[in-house]
Amino acid sequence: MSGGVGSTEPPRSAGTGFAGAGAGRRAVEMRNQLVGLLGIVERNVYLTKRYFLWDLAFMVWTIANTLTIVFIARAANLSPAHENTLATKLLVGATIWAFLGIIFEFMTEIVAWERWEGTIEYTFMAPLSRFAHLFGQGAFAVLYGLIRATILFFAVAAFIGLHAPRANYGAALALLALASLSFIGVGIMTSVLPLISPEKGAQLGFVAQGLMLVVSGVYYPVSVMPEWMQWIAKISPATYAIRGDRASIVDGAGLAWANVWPLLIIAVLATPVGLAVFRRGERYAKKHGKLKRSG
Amino acid sequence: MSTFVPSTTDLASRLDRETPAVEVRDLRKTFRRRDRKAGRFARKRPWPALDDVTFTIARGECVAILGQNGSGKSTLVRLLSTLLINDGGEARIFGHDAFREESTIRRLVNRVSVEASFFKKMSASENLSYAARFYGMTPRQTRTAIPEILAKVGFPPDRRGESMENLSRGMQQKVALARALLTSPVLLLLDEPTTGLDPRSKLEVQDFIRQVRAEHDATILLCTHDMTEAETLADRIGILDRGRLLFLEPVEAVKQRFGVETLEQAFFAATGREFENEGQDEDDEYREVFA
Repeated sequence: MSGGVGSTEPPRSAGTGFAGAGAGRRAVEMRNQLVGLLGIVERNVYLTKRYFLWDLAFMVWTIANTLTIVFIARAANLSPAHENTLATKLLVGATIWAFLGIIFEFMTEIVAWERWEGTIEYTFMAPLSRFAHLFGQGAFAVLYGLIRATILFFAVAAFIGLHAPRANYGAALALLALASLSFIGVGIMTSVLPLISPEKGAQLGFVAQGLMLVVSGVYYPVSVMPEWMQWIAKISPATYAIRGDRASIVDGAGLAWANVWPLLIIAVLATPVGLAVFRRGERYAKKHGKLKRSG
Repeated sequence: MSTFVPSTTDLASRLDRETPAVEVRDLRKTFRRRDRKAGRFARKRPWPALDDVTFTIARGECVAILGQNGSGKSTLVRLLSTLLINDGGEARIFGHDAFREESTIRRLVNRVSVEASFFKKMSASENLSYAARFYGMTPRQTRTAIPEILAKVGFPPDRRGESMENLSRGMQQKVALARALLTSPVLLLLDEPTTGLDPRSKLEVQDFIRQVRAEHDATILLCTHDMTEAETLADRIGILDRGRLLFLEPVEAVKQRFGVETLEQAFFAATGREFENEGQDEDDEYREVFA
């Protein structure tokens, strides 16, 4: 078994060797990090396949839950056209809630799952940067969340008989994808909670998700909230995602710059802040021996 | 094994052969924990898990650290594998600071712990591919490397696709060894790798450790409470007692030093306590939680 433990043989596939130094070594390192990031995605694919029936049951629950919200439009005694508009607006809010729920679940539980399985120490002692680790989890969450959100939207729309003839689905999906970058950043911040409190950290992540949606006008316009809540809404990425997606689905609007630029700014800020918060939490856990403790 | 992890072997080949594999000087780690008997609102008390531990391991050497549960063995392994931050002293691995050059250390070190921790619903192959990706191994590389390494540890080929939860403890521990070796570490940290295994699996794992030593340029730190295992596998043996390293010498030197015939007797001579009687006082009970 040449090249196994403690091998001093030169790498067969690195390409750059160690004489190249500098840029070559950085390129190899970047390649390794990308492979590691895809490894996280690959692991989640394996797990999703294993838990497919559970996921299906959870999907049924999400559809049922969304129907309880969308049926409110039927009870409002509106004209058919207005009822259809209100139901569509509610459905967009519920779909984004479900999408955000998946991202927060995957991000918040990144530590909790690995603690439960006992693999957390192996992941944290591997030469994988925290960015690749967390972003890999976020990337899978976005892909999985988008698939679920699409199924949810069309399943409920079909069930309740919604019509969205002017819908611009491309713009809605693009805005959601853009908002996902911010959601991942915020999710990284909440994923630190189980590191600090193995017992209650994960639940606090869901509190953060709920607070974000309350101020973002999930089932109502932001304008109906008290002024101080409207100010908080301005820094929530969900505000722009919900507003833009409603406009795209109901009115057929394209990508509006007024929604795009705040999402870009929040994404640029949220990811580094999230990583900094996570690193601080990781340091705390390593200092106090909380990495391995099971909750 | 025909597939390599580029950056690990790259680092390994650049390591100075004269530099010790591990240099630990005055290493300290203290956890804080509330004294149960003092009540819910009592102040947390410091519980030293490692207390000024100093030793050196030469490249290619196999060193065993013996100690009871809660003696600080796992804390030492976690400190050397970047999973804990020290409270004092220093640790260098092949000349690299274990607490400041974490990313370099992580490419040099891998570990097998007492619990063979895996995603239980995933198969052995899936768990190994997942772990290998973190070290830059692509699907093309693992496609050949995983069957090879599993064959090497004596894992039956027809069970590669089976969920980990269906495998015995011994089988799981073989996969844990394969996971550690797949990433080509130059320092292998074995934290009670045979604890809880049936006698046959225990012998198989021990044989494999011998094989790794015989065939490769690996340095091994073996933490165990099995004295026979330590005696048969290691070049030098140390005893860690309540966070203090009492000595680290070849087994014959230990016996000579205390004028005894067995390591159990040496432990008694050094500490005044029987090796088997662990967790007798409150301090031991608290130490076990973390150490």
